[in-house]
Amino acid sequence: MSEVPEVRPPVVTPVRVIIAVCLLAPFVAMLWVGSYAKTDPALGGIPFFYWYQMLWVLISTALTMTAYKLWQRDQRARAAQKGGASE
Amino acid sequence: MNNGVNGVALGVFIFFFLAVTVMGFLAARWRKAENEQSLDEWGLGGRSFGTWITWFLLGGDLYTAYTFVAVPAAIYAAGAAGFFAVPYTILVYPLIFTFLPRLWSVSHRHGYVTTSDFVRGRFGSKGLSLAVAVTGILATMPYIALQLVGIQAVLDVMGVGGSANSNWFVKDLPLLIAFGVLAAYTYSSGLRAPALIAFVKDALIYIVIAVAIIYIPTKLGGFDEIFSKAAGKYTAAGAGGLVPAEATQWTYATLALGSALALFMYPHSITATLSSKSRDVIRRNTTILPLYSLMLGLLALLGFMAIAAGVKVTNGQLAIPQLFETMFPSWFAGVAFAAIGIGALVPAAIMSIAAANLFTRNIYKDFIKPDATPEQETKVSKLVSLLVKVGALVFVLTMDKTVAINFQLLGGIWILQTFPALVGGLFTRWFHRWALLAGWAVGMVYGTVAAYGVASPTNPGQKHFGGSNAAIPGIGQIGYIGLTSFVLNVLVTVVLTFVLKALKAPEGVDETKPQDYTADAGDPGVQVELPPATAGASH
Repeated sequence: MSEVPEVRPPVVTPVRVIIAVCLLAPFVAMLWVGSYAKTDPALGGIPFFYWYQMLWVLISTALTMTAYKLWQRDQRARAAQKGGASE
Repeated sequence: MNNGVNGVALGVFIFFFLAVTVMGFLAARWRKAENEQSLDEWGLGGRSFGTWITWFLLGGDLYTAYTFVAVPAAIYAAGAAGFFAVPYTILVYPLIFTFLPRLWSVSHRHGYVTTSDFVRGRFGSKGLSLAVAVTGILATMPYIALQLVGIQAVLDVMGVGGSANSNWFVKDLPLLIAFGVLAAYTYSSGLRAPALIAFVKDALIYIVIAVAIIYIPTKLGGFDEIFSKAAGKYTAAGAGGLVPAEATQWTYATLALGSALALFMYPHSITATLSSKSRDVIRRNTTILPLYSLMLGLLALLGFMAIAAGVKVTNGQLAIPQLFETMFPSWFAGVAFAAIGIGALVPAAIMSIAAANLFTRNIYKDFIKPDATPEQETKVSKLVSLLVKVGALVFVLTMDKTVAINFQLLGGIWILQTFPALVGGLFTRWFHRWALLAGWAVGMVYGTVAAYGVASPTNPGQKHFGGSNAAIPGIGQIGYIGLTSFVLNVLVTVVLTFVLKALKAPEGVDETKPQDYTADAGDPGVQVELPPATAGASH
């Protein structure tokens, strides 16, 4: 607690904001049912309502994966910084 | 609908069933460790599973036979409303990405086997831990019963057992055999059995869905035709539709959110999670598990195909097995039925193990025999896993199927009430243990009372527990009761925490430290009891 405050990186960083957005976006998209409760445009005969939500399976996967990679990089950077600071 | 026994389909079904039975018993030797008589070994597979095994195990665990039968059945009956399962499973993964790795770390640091173990350690409260354990067991029992309902549906369509025979013994014999086999290998192999069988189950399911989604539409004249026929049916019936009407959008969204919050409160989800060997396995799994959601979406579309194919069943549960029987050649129908049947065995095994672990750790050890040795714990767990399954079987055989379904809906509402203690506890120690207990109690009572007041929309004779949606107080829209109870639960918890802190009520001892929540395999103090990784382990 009483360590030198300068070496501690801030809790909220741009990378962490991006991670949060990646994780929150699916909630906004899926809970706003009114935005996709329609049949047109259909895709290969499948109404919009269905293919749009299945498309979001892929989008949210990509977003979670991005969050995972960014988080990994964030943690590694912090670990490196901490190690460097203590030596 | 029963036109005799489908011999070829039954033969294929029995072949696969025998194959997984052998696998189930052999699983005891798979990645065997030294200390087999510990609960970590029997109940968590030695906490040794890598990314892919965990993926199959969680997939086999969360996407149950009942899911395969019930989701398309809901679409068959009501259209769009049944599709909420897809946004529900989309929301699960970003959610667990945030809290599951913390649970993994703290559980490894302190040897926690269940969520109640964590709650007791964090809040120093056996009462709160008991509440979480009892909720978990109550919510899991009807879920196991529903797996047996799923097997029953398949057997019924194949013409063995079920409604075809009037003699109760002949009628239930196939289910009793399936059940006996399941119980025996779970008892002998523990979590390793469902982990190994999950490979077969998922391979079969993926093949069946891929074939169904390509083959059936070509026979029915394409998706255009399928959806226009489905729309016609909903219009004629005056219920359901291809998109949710404005009035039901709240229901759709609250069901998706509430179910997503509840899923990883279930003991069986946590059991599969804690069996993984590192923190990273969990995070990586949240990025590959959505593959199952895609499969679920395609599967849901089968409900529309059942309408277009002219499948007429009074019991919606039979719509999909009946569709397979109508559309597929006998041998492939057999493969499809085997997929559903085995799809019931995997989760039923994991659920019974999870419920047994809860009983052993948080009731038996905490309240009955505090000095139980690991051997005794394992023995009790094995026995309880049997008892839990027998209970589920009695439930299915003696009561109407709708009772199991209603109880499962109620179980979902209940289990969500453990969220503040568990997930709240993972991030902060601010909540007071008594406030959490009071919030839990309020949520449980409100949820149960609200569900009691819901009459069944399809069965006029059923006045209570007919569904899980009711008007949200203060908003007026119809929403998921579980989520309303959850909000109430959180409100009570927050208010009472302020009050109790002002009164300086004893907070209880927290045995965890902040760094426990980020510990990973390899860190000092993290138990590594994994045998050398062999087949299936990634990296």
